[in-house]
Amino acid sequence: MMNEKVLTCEEALRFLAAYLDGELAEGGGGATQQELESHLARCRSCYSRADFERRMKAEVAALGRADVPPELSDRIGRLLSQFTAPSDTQES
Amino acid sequence: MTVTQMDPTWFGAEVQRLLPELFGTALRLTRNRADAEDLVADAVARAWVAREALERADRFRGWMFRILTNAFLSGRRAAAARPREESLDDNVETEQFSLFERLHQPFLLWWSNPERAFLDRLLREDLERAIDSLPDPFRIVVLMVDVQGWSYADAAEALDVPVGTVRSRLARGRGALQRALWEQARDAGLIAGAAPAAPREEAR
Repeated sequence: MMNEKVLTCEEALRFLAAYLDGELAEGGGGATQQELESHLARCRSCYSRADFERRMKAEVAALGRADVPPELSDRIGRLLSQFTAPSDTQES
Repeated sequence: MTVTQMDPTWFGAEVQRLLPELFGTALRLTRNRADAEDLVADAVARAWVAREALERADRFRGWMFRILTNAFLSGRRAAAARPREESLDDNVETEQFSLFERLHQPFLLWWSNPERAFLDRLLREDLERAIDSLPDPFRIVVLMVDVQGWSYADAAEALDVPVGTVRSRLARGRGALQRALWEQARDAGLIAGAAPAAPREEAR
């Protein structure tokens, strides 16, 4: 059985961003996902911090969608229609 | 269907489906509606020309966003041929800033959950303004990782920088973003107990 390191709050917070990004490097001298999750399960303060950062990340992710203006829709529609046009007019 | 024989109808449907995301991402990259529209059109045209490079149809979304981002980066690199390249260290406060820690200060804890209340009242426009205030190198990495879901390694490759630089820019970009949100909320008087900042002179 693997020995699981018990993380301090300082260590957990240092690796929190990588954990939330799915970028924890296993076996690189840092924390493992299991170790971080164990810490978050028993530390209310770090759990709250993780929850906050996760929501912040989701709020930022939501900026990646926007209402498409009709002009852009029309423009892309025209562009796409060129791809189905006869080959001598494609990719000019 | 093999991707090398991509059906224009399928390609068009996929592009139309992704359009709100492509435009949203382009808006945050360029910070300008007209430029964002140009960028999306440019990316769609590039994608069609490069369609044979797409190996699997189920990777269309990631491939399309990579093309969009690369198109933006190429334009930016061309513009950066001018001598003034941004100094990263000068433009963003270097210390880590945690909105969570600010919201957890004793004078705010009379609220049952100040950080949740803050996020519940956060408006999209506030976030857009905060993200748009970040210098390009930080904003781009935050958008790549948080909006497009890129791995650190993929972002590093696209930007031609080490993975450590991506980590650093991401941490500082997120810190600067949270600082901007904090300052906006404080200046608007939305945070009880935090004094509004003195009026700032327009710096140019």
